[in-house]
Amino acid sequence: MDDLIKYAPDLLAGFLENVKLSLICGALALVLGTVLVAARVAPTPVLRAAGTLYVNVVRNTPLTLVLAFSSLGLSDTIGLTFSETPSTNSFWLVVFGLSAYTATFVCEALRAGINTVPLGQAEAARAIGLTFLQSLRLIILPQAFRTVVAPLGSVMIAMIKNTTVAIAGGYLMESAFRMRDTFDDTGVSIPIFLGLVVAFMAVTLPVGFVTSRLASKLAVAR
Amino acid sequence: MSTNILFDAPGPRGRLRNNVLTLLSVVVLAAAAYYVYARFDAKGQWEGEIWKPFLDVSTWTEYIIPGLLGTLKAAGISAVCALVFGAIFGLARLSDHRWVRGVAGAVVETFRAIPLLLLIFFLFFLAPSVFGGGDYTLIALVAGLTLYNGSVLAEIVRAGVRAVPTGQAEAAQAIGLRKSQMMRLVLLPQAVTAMMPAIVSQLVVLLKDTALGYIIAYVDLLNMGFKLIPAVYFGSLIPAAIVIGVIYIALNMSLSALANWLERRTRHSNRTAAQPITPPVDTGAGIPA
Repeated sequence: MDDLIKYAPDLLAGFLENVKLSLICGALALVLGTVLVAARVAPTPVLRAAGTLYVNVVRNTPLTLVLAFSSLGLSDTIGLTFSETPSTNSFWLVVFGLSAYTATFVCEALRAGINTVPLGQAEAARAIGLTFLQSLRLIILPQAFRTVVAPLGSVMIAMIKNTTVAIAGGYLMESAFRMRDTFDDTGVSIPIFLGLVVAFMAVTLPVGFVTSRLASKLAVAR
Repeated sequence: MSTNILFDAPGPRGRLRNNVLTLLSVVVLAAAAYYVYARFDAKGQWEGEIWKPFLDVSTWTEYIIPGLLGTLKAAGISAVCALVFGAIFGLARLSDHRWVRGVAGAVVETFRAIPLLLLIFFLFFLAPSVFGGGDYTLIALVAGLTLYNGSVLAEIVRAGVRAVPTGQAEAAQAIGLRKSQMMRLVLLPQAVTAMMPAIVSQLVVLLKDTALGYIIAYVDLLNMGFKLIPAVYFGSLIPAAIVIGVIYIALNMSLSALANWLERRTRHSNRTAAQPITPPVDTGAGIPA
């Protein structure tokens, strides 16, 4: 217990990095995922193929490899840098990798949602002369989003938990690394582990609760 | 709704618009691809020299195949343990005794909510202080994967048994079967068929999650391919990443294809009265690290 109290400020600072990563990656992944799903249902075969290729490649690659590749490959070898400060640079590399990875799951969730929109909706949209983008923006996506609030919440929870993999991207400020660092100093400490678990649950459980409430509130009556 | 319903068979204006869109997207995608190619080329990543190690048999026999075996070993052991764990705790959650249900529920819900990497780190540091010195990378990885994926599988088992229509259980009771007989002879055989696709999907997640072993230096495909090969063949980092990436993608896609095939088969199966179940979504299950 003493260990937990002694290291609490350090671990809390680390956990806040996880929260920061989650917020930024969550927003980026939602945007990128929506763009991807638009590509995957586009009337242009080239866009559909590109979207499918991206989703299948990135989704089937382990996140550890995605992040390690962003850091060691893209940054160190190819020279993609976001900032001169190493820790800021690796922060944005992790944001890059984690958003690119999570976006594929957002895309798949949304695509499942699009498949639940009844045929008549798309037909009606075409009948009143909406173009593809208009019908997607005004008719299809709003209904699709409402049906996949719960799965999207699930994707977000997984992403919050995945921020701990930031270590693989060389970002050494967040809580999983700090926990390992602390264990190197003091040996294993059950209170520290449980403290972090509770901290993560304090974020993921409300996300799950709110999204499932929202899901039933927003559900489209059919 | 299939996606091609979103747009009509286009008329002249629609065709023109689609052609313009196609042309634009080809230009944009080609420009992006060329930009990536040029950035890689500027750093000499397409030089034959750094790709040559992958034409060598020894690279495969000494690094990639042993690494792949390490990954498959961790995934295989974890899969078996997780299935056992999932079966026990899934059935315990369906128990008629409230305390058994409560304990199993608490265990399953907790392990599902813990970030897997934190759990693996914890077990990795816990093992030496309990069992004394030694190499615990495999044990920590397998234990972490088992506890996490086993908990998800427990939920799948529970959902699978619940997906069997109540008439089946009532019929079993009506012909005088005991609780254990009803479970063993009527409910489980149908539930297993219904949950097979979900189980295979979760095993894909498990296989991908073994890559977390890289972080605790377990010798798997990622470690061999991404740490050792670039250390031995200087400069081959990007080719190594691409080669092992392709191996991972091939492995995962073939397992996913198996899951899809099983699901299609279950939908038309007369071996079960239950529909194939989808994995529980509330805690990010089914989405690997």
